[in-house]
Amino acid sequence: MVATPEKPQYKVIGTRPIRPDGTDKVIGRAEYGIDVRLPGMLYGRIKRSPYAHAIIKRIDASKALALPGVKAVITHDDFPPPGDTAMTMGEGGVSTARFMLEGIMASKKVLYRGQPVAAVCATDHHIAEDALELIEVEYEPLPVVSDVREAMSDAAPVLHENLRTRDMAPLSQTPSDKPTNIASHLRFARGDVQAGFAAADIVVEREFETSMFHQGYIEPHNGTAFWNRDGKLTVWCSTQGSFSVRANLATLLQIPVSQINVIPMEIGGGFGGKLVVYLEPIAAVFSKITGKPVKMMMTRDEVFEATGPTSGTYIRVKMGAKKDGTLTAAEVYLAYEAGAFPGSPVGAGATCALAPYDIENYVIDGYDVVVNKPKTAAYRAPGAPAAEFAVESVVNEIAKQLDIDPIDLRLKNAAKEGTPRPTGQKFGRIGAVEVMQAMKDHPHYKSEIQGPDRGRGVAMGFWGNVGGERSATAAINPDGTIKLVVGNVDIGGTRAAMAMMLAETLGISAEQVHPHVVGTDDIGATGLTGGSSSAFAIGWTMYELGLELRKKLTERAARIWEVPEDQVTYGDDGVIRGPADAEGKPREMSFKEIAGRLARTGGAISAGLTTQKQGAGPAYGGHIVDVEVDRETGKVTILRYTAVQDVGTAIHPSYVEGQIQGGVAQGVGMALTEEYYWGPDGRMQNASFLDYRMPTTLDLPMIDTVLVEVPNPGHPYGVRGVGEVPIVPPMPAIQAAIADAIGVNLYKAPMSPRVVLEALLDKER
Amino acid sequence: MTERIIITATINDEETQFMADMRDSLLDALRERIGLTGTKEGCNNGNCGACAVIMDGRLVNSCCVMAAEVEGSEITTVEGLAEADGLTPLQEAFLEEAALQCGICTPGFLVASKALLDVNPHPSEHEIRFWLAGNLCRCTGYDKIIRAVQKAAAQRGA
Repeated sequence: MVATPEKPQYKVIGTRPIRPDGTDKVIGRAEYGIDVRLPGMLYGRIKRSPYAHAIIKRIDASKALALPGVKAVITHDDFPPPGDTAMTMGEGGVSTARFMLEGIMASKKVLYRGQPVAAVCATDHHIAEDALELIEVEYEPLPVVSDVREAMSDAAPVLHENLRTRDMAPLSQTPSDKPTNIASHLRFARGDVQAGFAAADIVVEREFETSMFHQGYIEPHNGTAFWNRDGKLTVWCSTQGSFSVRANLATLLQIPVSQINVIPMEIGGGFGGKLVVYLEPIAAVFSKITGKPVKMMMTRDEVFEATGPTSGTYIRVKMGAKKDGTLTAAEVYLAYEAGAFPGSPVGAGATCALAPYDIENYVIDGYDVVVNKPKTAAYRAPGAPAAEFAVESVVNEIAKQLDIDPIDLRLKNAAKEGTPRPTGQKFGRIGAVEVMQAMKDHPHYKSEIQGPDRGRGVAMGFWGNVGGERSATAAINPDGTIKLVVGNVDIGGTRAAMAMMLAETLGISAEQVHPHVVGTDDIGATGLTGGSSSAFAIGWTMYELGLELRKKLTERAARIWEVPEDQVTYGDDGVIRGPADAEGKPREMSFKEIAGRLARTGGAISAGLTTQKQGAGPAYGGHIVDVEVDRETGKVTILRYTAVQDVGTAIHPSYVEGQIQGGVAQGVGMALTEEYYWGPDGRMQNASFLDYRMPTTLDLPMIDTVLVEVPNPGHPYGVRGVGEVPIVPPMPAIQAAIADAIGVNLYKAPMSPRVVLEALLDKER
Repeated sequence: MTERIIITATINDEETQFMADMRDSLLDALRERIGLTGTKEGCNNGNCGACAVIMDGRLVNSCCVMAAEVEGSEITTVEGLAEADGLTPLQEAFLEEAALQCGICTPGFLVASKALLDVNPHPSEHEIRFWLAGNLCRCTGYDKIIRAVQKAAAQRGA
């Protein structure tokens, strides 16, 4: 770890206690959404479109309904007519109720293979599966467009007759009134780009393509619903945000939020993919019709084909530099596939693309484009990996052409406090320079690479991070512990982090805080576990909750001692101190002592509050990777990997390291092996874990992490968002390492064996 | 209508009799018929290892075994690892090394790691990686899982 002088000393923060939910998770008792079992439960399955683009002519469920055990079949018509209400989809994504319902159940037309057209529920999951075959659907297939550039051309089949380009760029032309697949265009600009390129000694321009990538969480989507006779709907599900599920259900089912209780079960991974609802509204409608609890779960191929992966992209980057390495200008063109409905993360891609640098002149154009593919969802730093893959690869080529060390070139142009962001705000205290310096200082970077066809690459990555709303209540138990109740879904160890931050504030041990995650009926409003917000936002809640408890305990101690309140203090060591007594002995009580006396001195103490904090602290990561390329097979092997990251303050360093290592692994998958193979009919050819190749234990080495701690001034404990940054640098770092190894630059991710071999053959020609 | 059969097997050292559908996989039977939900479904076609159990001393993906095949077999699931009075060194090591984040793949990794240490008490890093290559984890990047298995192996040897 690299701590800056700004970092204070803590007692609990920075230690590595066992996570509170750990035992349940290693003995098989933790209850995930898939483990929900209720008396009389029915099982639902979805009938999906075999076509990527088609008109639905007729649906006939009579044979399915005649099968013994089948209880109901529903279609789009069983939902209330949706309006055009805007709906949040997490991480800044916005859609309308109409589009969201189409993705849950198509009405007249299907826009991607796997889109639901009907659903069935039955007494047993085998029967539900049999019934799917008996639902007859007649289609009229339409031409398919599944590539972003083709979709932007005038000749492309149009997905939505009513769609017009929403132009958010002040400088561009008046939008046309023709139907289009370009849902929106945005632009960020600074300075004078032409002058910037004129001042450059070299200009490098490259084109990039990236595949759709799936989040690949191991737990498939699931949801169970029970619609009681009093109109109250209870939903148990696997989600990153119980309150957003509640809000989405209220809009789609047109019932008040107070009628819905969403209980977030343990979640088996999300990475942004579990911010939207797919199954819950269907299970709810089934339960309303049958009066029974209804459970739904996706199969793995359904997860691949019909949930939201990240956008496939086409990107062009042009950058100019002076001989001394100063970057003078940049032009970035981003075209992102939104999938079947508008809403790709191109905006985030645009704000992140150049974020590691302070460049005087640039233009960034972003296009959100609909294609006949599943609607994309958030995926860890949504939009950033593709944009920064392109920019960082060009920066590495510039360094190579100018014969400047790639980290020195970055240090020369690094963004700092005060550097303007594309959105107009200026960066506060950020750690880009500290990260770059720590990369240079690392033994990995100083080591020699030995052996043929081996190379090294570096790259930076950035993510803005967000904050959000969090609620919590804390009750002091007489045994000196705290019952902490939150609505914040714990995906990767936030129970531990929140317990530690409350413990730090109260001067007690992490083990004295017992966190519980509860449903929407049992806690105040709580935002998503997403956008790297959790440790930041819940940390604020813990801090303010801790201060509230300190105040109440101080008052109580004053009453017990019969001294004025202003003479009592709560120490950071968890000891309450008052003025000396008549015999001159200091008055002191530990947290545990006073907890045991509360009942007899005025009653138990508890506190509850909601915080709404922004400014999660933008963060940078820098990765160093060594690879070996097999010239015969095109396979790239990762030999060594080091990930440096400004994490603000590492609350529980093990889980911070884990976030970084996990992000690296996903980034390596994007860089080398993961890919959606599309047939000409718009069908994904590899919808299984066998063929969609996520990294296994054998594909990765140990991943060395360096935690740089530049505390976030916007947080009482200096926390920055950690989870998303590490997925950004792997693609360009590996691209540079391959170039270093075999002298070939690749512009397509994944850089699969085929891409590597084709490039090698091209070079020989 | 679906056909049901009665199966007898020793599950976590307990002779167990249960009724299963002829089409049930062992995974279906464990989760839906017996209520042992610690074993997880990630893919239902043998590619992720989340449903790993030990059957007659062999590591198998329970989604690829039919329930009807387990008549007379001995099966160990994640629920059968810990003793009444505490966790095994492997489970302790997973907690100490922070070898889990979301925890959904953890039962499969624990069962697979136990099966490894049963046949090879002192595996090298490469042997651990080779053995666990059938188990997917999307959260951790595997680093801490490998370290936890190494730690448990060292403790068992001590």
